[in-house]
Amino acid sequence: MELVVFVLAAAMILVGAVGVIVRSNPVHAALSLILTLFGVAVMFVAQNAHFLAAVQVIVYAGAIVVLFLFVIMLLGVDRTEDISSEPFKVQRPLAAIVGVGVIGLVVAAVVSSRDAIGTRGEGLNVADVVGDGDTNIKQLARSVFGDYVVAFEVTSVLLVVAVVGTVLLTRRIKSAGKDS
Amino acid sequence: MSALLALDPIAIGDLIWAPLLIILLKVVAIFALGLLVTMFMVWFERKAIAGMGNRIGPNKAGPWGLLQTLADGIKLFFKEDLLPDRADRFVFKLAPYLAFVPAFLVWSVIPLGGDFSDGKNGLVEWFGHTTRVQLADPPVGILLFMALSSVAVYGIMLAGWSSGSKYPLLGSVRASAQMVSYEAALGLSIATVLLMAGTLSTSGIVGNQSGFADWHVVSTGIVPFIIFMLAATAEMNRPPFDLVEAEQELVGGFNTEYSSIRFGLFFLAEFMNTVTMSGIIVTLFFGGPQGLFDIPVVPGAIEGTLWFIIKVLIFLYVYVWMRATLPRFRYDQLMDLGWKILIPASLGWFMLMAVLQLGRDEGWNRGVVGVIAAVVVAGCAALMSTAVRVSRANRDREGATF
Repeated sequence: MELVVFVLAAAMILVGAVGVIVRSNPVHAALSLILTLFGVAVMFVAQNAHFLAAVQVIVYAGAIVVLFLFVIMLLGVDRTEDISSEPFKVQRPLAAIVGVGVIGLVVAAVVSSRDAIGTRGEGLNVADVVGDGDTNIKQLARSVFGDYVVAFEVTSVLLVVAVVGTVLLTRRIKSAGKDS
Repeated sequence: MSALLALDPIAIGDLIWAPLLIILLKVVAIFALGLLVTMFMVWFERKAIAGMGNRIGPNKAGPWGLLQTLADGIKLFFKEDLLPDRADRFVFKLAPYLAFVPAFLVWSVIPLGGDFSDGKNGLVEWFGHTTRVQLADPPVGILLFMALSSVAVYGIMLAGWSSGSKYPLLGSVRASAQMVSYEAALGLSIATVLLMAGTLSTSGIVGNQSGFADWHVVSTGIVPFIIFMLAATAEMNRPPFDLVEAEQELVGGFNTEYSSIRFGLFFLAEFMNTVTMSGIIVTLFFGGPQGLFDIPVVPGAIEGTLWFIIKVLIFLYVYVWMRATLPRFRYDQLMDLGWKILIPASLGWFMLMAVLQLGRDEGWNRGVVGVIAAVVVAGCAALMSTAVRVSRANRDREGATF
């Protein structure tokens, strides 16, 4: 049963991921990305991580890809693009080399840590996780707001800085505004 | 896999014919019920608005015009299905389902009945098997609702875009901006409820509200309920937040190019959303199937369903009432309300409730905690309104700077 779910979800993820790079229409590419994100959510459910699955759909599929689509529609780049011409001659071979390199690294990492993948991290109690739906979330909350609270807060500050920076950059200075 | 089966107590243990049949029965019943209720809702809305506008409303098809929706639906089926020349074919066909399916799926997590008295926790006995009057009770129940409502944005957004036409695109950009903005306020007011309930599962949330004082509308203070109600209305694109289909400006909004049964699906999704959203409001704030008093004669298991129906009907009436009486918001008013009032208010109230809850858990002096928290919240509100006022004054002086 678990194998069937895995195969179906993996197929979803792969079809979506290939779709993102193969589709020439940006909106279709974004839709393929949603397929991938849903596949990952299914994987999370199969691993008993219901909360992560829900958050995956709410945040990634519900907010981030909506934002992508928004930008695509507002900028009016929602037409099929001609990708046959190439401004930088080196970028395709370079991309191929980097891609193969990353795949090699991932495979090497998986092979070298074969045994570690099956074992669970410290502080997690599988019996608790399976026992009651809410303990899953409680454990997650304890590690995010307890053990890793500094990293969590620093990340939130980073996001705020990014937002403020974007507003400042897009805001025209008053004198410059008069010239144009 | 065990976690997938834990959605319903009936699925634990050997899956033999009887439990499988009961689950199948529940699926079919909830599907049929959803369609029937939506049909009734369309009729109810037309009839009630007609009454408020001093008209008669549908009265020809069936007794009191009850079958009018069925007649309209059959008519829609047989109309010509137009596909605009400049449409993106695949997405154009996909969009109605993206709007319709999430609206339907929300039904599966709403507790539609059940016996919550004496710690029975909503479990009922059917043919010697213990189960819930609810299709599924996943551990992340209410988050599933959030996820589905964020997926529903795609239906509207893609419908407008794929039509390949100007007005639908404008309508869909409006709609998705509105839905994404109000989802934040919606989520934050749900968070306040979760703080009180201490669980995400919908049956757990209902089980936590056993008396009137425990109903979350009372125990969270009335503010999250009001915010949820407003945000939910905007999320469903219902009046007074129906800028999406402002006829004077946008022809018919995102679904202008749709016809036949594809239009029917959008229409159905819209009304079904009204019903499911009322169900969610009742579940979150008004104790779901939990009653205020024992109804005599009616047995316990049916009593819950009866209470649930009564409460949902009240909210459906309120939504129809709002549609009949309130004028439409302007777009800047809509965004101001969402970003500058609802989101800060729900965030502030959430913090306030969290502090009070912490004070209760730690046994702090309630009066002191309450006063300090109130002062801090008032200070934040004053800062916020000052900031808004200053930036508005700056904008007036300099003109728009973006």
